[in-house]
Amino acid sequence: MTTETLTLAKALGAGLRKAMEDDPKVLIMGEDVGKLGGVFRVTDGLQKDFGESRVIDTPLAESGIVGTAVGLALRGYRPVCEIQFDGFVFPAVDQIISQLAKMHMRSLGAIQLPVVVRIPCGGGIGAVEHHSESPEVHFAHAAGLRVVACSNPADAYTMIQQSIRSADPVIFFEPKRRYWDKAPVEMDLAAAPPLHQAVVARPGDDVTVLAYGPMVKTCLEAAAADDERSLEVIDLRSINPLDIETIMASVRKTGRCVVAHEAPVFGGFGAELAARITERCFYHLEAPVLRVGGFSTPYPPSRVEEQYLPNLDRILDAVDRTFGW
Amino acid sequence: MTVDASRGAPPGTLRNSSAELVQLLTPEGERVEHPDYPLELTADEIRDLYRDLVIVRRIDFEAVALTRQGELGIWASLLGQEAAQIGSGRALRDQDMVFPTYREHAVAWCCGVEPIKLLGLYRGVNHAGWDPKEHNFHLYTIVIGAQTLHAAGYAMGIQRDGAVGTESGAATIAYFGDGATSQGDVNESFVWASVFNAPVVFFCQNNQWAISEPLEKQSRIPLYRRAQGFGFPGIRVDGNDVFACLAVTRKALDSARDGQGPTLIEAFTYRMGAHTTTDDPTRYRLEAELEAWKLKDPIERVKAYLVKNEMADSAFFDDVDAEAKQVGMDVRKQCLELPDPGPMSIFDHVYAEPHALISEEQEQFAAYLAGFADAADGTDGAGRADEEGNAS
Ligand SMILES: Cc1ncc(C[n+]2csc(CCOP(=O)(O)OP(=O)(O)O)c2C)c(N)n1
Ligand SMILES: [Mg+2]
Repeated sequence: MTTETLTLAKALGAGLRKAMEDDPKVLIMGEDVGKLGGVFRVTDGLQKDFGESRVIDTPLAESGIVGTAVGLALRGYRPVCEIQFDGFVFPAVDQIISQLAKMHMRSLGAIQLPVVVRIPCGGGIGAVEHHSESPEVHFAHAAGLRVVACSNPADAYTMIQQSIRSADPVIFFEPKRRYWDKAPVEMDLAAAPPLHQAVVARPGDDVTVLAYGPMVKTCLEAAAADDERSLEVIDLRSINPLDIETIMASVRKTGRCVVAHEAPVFGGFGAELAARITERCFYHLEAPVLRVGGFSTPYPPSRVEEQYLPNLDRILDAVDRTFGW
Repeated sequence: MTVDASRGAPPGTLRNSSAELVQLLTPEGERVEHPDYPLELTADEIRDLYRDLVIVRRIDFEAVALTRQGELGIWASLLGQEAAQIGSGRALRDQDMVFPTYREHAVAWCCGVEPIKLLGLYRGVNHAGWDPKEHNFHLYTIVIGAQTLHAAGYAMGIQRDGAVGTESGAATIAYFGDGATSQGDVNESFVWASVFNAPVVFFCQNNQWAISEPLEKQSRIPLYRRAQGFGFPGIRVDGNDVFACLAVTRKALDSARDGQGPTLIEAFTYRMGAHTTTDDPTRYRLEAELEAWKLKDPIERVKAYLVKNEMADSAFFDDVDAEAKQVGMDVRKQCLELPDPGPMSIFDHVYAEPHALISEEQEQFAAYLAGFADAADGTDGAGRADEEGNAS
């Protein structure tokens, strides 16, 4: 067992590097991923060490990036595509949803497309529009894609490697405002939980708090700040497939559940969680599953984003309400 | 696995085809004639162009400084591209419609958009601070290339209004960068404009870089030549020559308004600054390239021309500098005075007509915020929001 202390961005870079060392078929492609190392420097140094044919600065076209990744995968490669910001994945959505997601089934299983699409997501960095969105639910809703979201450096390192090894396409969300967070990273992949397993990030007894990606840290802070109740925070890590067992075990114990994500509440992933928990834990619930998230508006200008983003207080407010039912 | 990296564009064709370039004013300030682009400018007009160039550079300079001081979140500098933008912007008529990217600050200036209005987006107080209809200057578009299709569609509307081929004919102009030429949307807009013979001028500022990627990552032929494949003319103009940009854009707009369809203009220029204030170009480009382009500065050559031809004296230059300084100071002052949006503004303008979900969330959030006010008043703040964030 060896550990290194890394930022989340550096941990991702280390994971990508390891995957490229382990498998010569792994390619990196995207805008500015080469010499610049990506706008968040996640791929820093990879082109220098692996060359321009494995770390590809692509033309500026997201549909092209994912569409050619599909072609490369058909030819036996394992492309890892970087989408520069969440709001710029939409030009690629046709290739992702109509092609990447469905080709395995259309080929009656003859074709596998081990493509990873990395998307920095979420707000909180004071950016201009299209740079702070949380589009996970579009992909969670598209059968054929696996959708995961890391929340910390240790998971970033392991989950990116597991995603690259997956035989299916994986949409990989990275919490951009946590890129600079540092933590010890266990470099031995064997010690990691499976990609699609949720983990209890902080055990507790009174209420289950579900989150993924950037909101995990916020929920952990909320749990630490609440001295009256004991919050059990679960980091889903994977939203499709969903590890419902871990969730059920917790909710059956606590009887209360709050879901938090940055994406709008209406039609958000929390709706799926609330429905599933209600179906499976109905007689254990003391209150409805409550959701905390963004409003049903476009992401606002950055000077009000702190009002838009769920924060510690809004999470604890929802926790309070589960006790007032 | 090998990839022949040497198979890029043949050296020189992309970056150095001066023979193919329309130029009316050399970097040294010498006037040259071009048979297809005769240009008569009065001394007043030339002085006005000079004034424009100096003022927009100053506004840009001020915005960069404001960003460094934390007053703007980010800024996309136009440094080096002043002539491309002023030349094309001054070719517009009031009835024409502009579809900009995020860098067209000087075109906005030509359209009468107050400079401060450009800063709101970058300060994070709004997504765009002007009414496009008021200035015939559309919103800044950050999603690369998307606005080129809007320009084509708007131009189709101009056709359907019968406003082509008449005295008061109108056209649209779509601005985009070299990187954008790779996007599907941009290529689709070429197809649309061509097939419908729509009155669009595609104005590509080839500033040689798309963030860290040089032009070779987007194209193996000079960009203006792409037009031929779509069935309309393409022209490369010296983007640092305000005269040439004016003449070439005028002709293309006239031709569009006259019913002759689209033109692609490639303004060959250089991004002298970083991509944005968050970018670090030392990671990917050489200082020598920058030095070479400094010699082609768009402002210096107009100044040289004015001096050589005794069209301006030092008092004129001092006046312009003083005016530019004042504009810069005004922008700074107005920027610091820009009000922050209130939390409830999040719900404004999501829909044009009433919307139940928005109203509901708005009420919940107001009640939630009021809970804090109550708590601060010493009254009961415990029952914060009732259903905040809960769509039940
Ligand atoms: C669809 C989309 N993808 C990626 C980006 C991120 N991005 C912003 S500017 C830029 C480069 C644009 O280069 P170019 O078109 O040459 O215009 P320039 O910035 O040089 O003016 C990129 C990749 C974006 N804004 N939109
Ligand atoms: Mg460019």
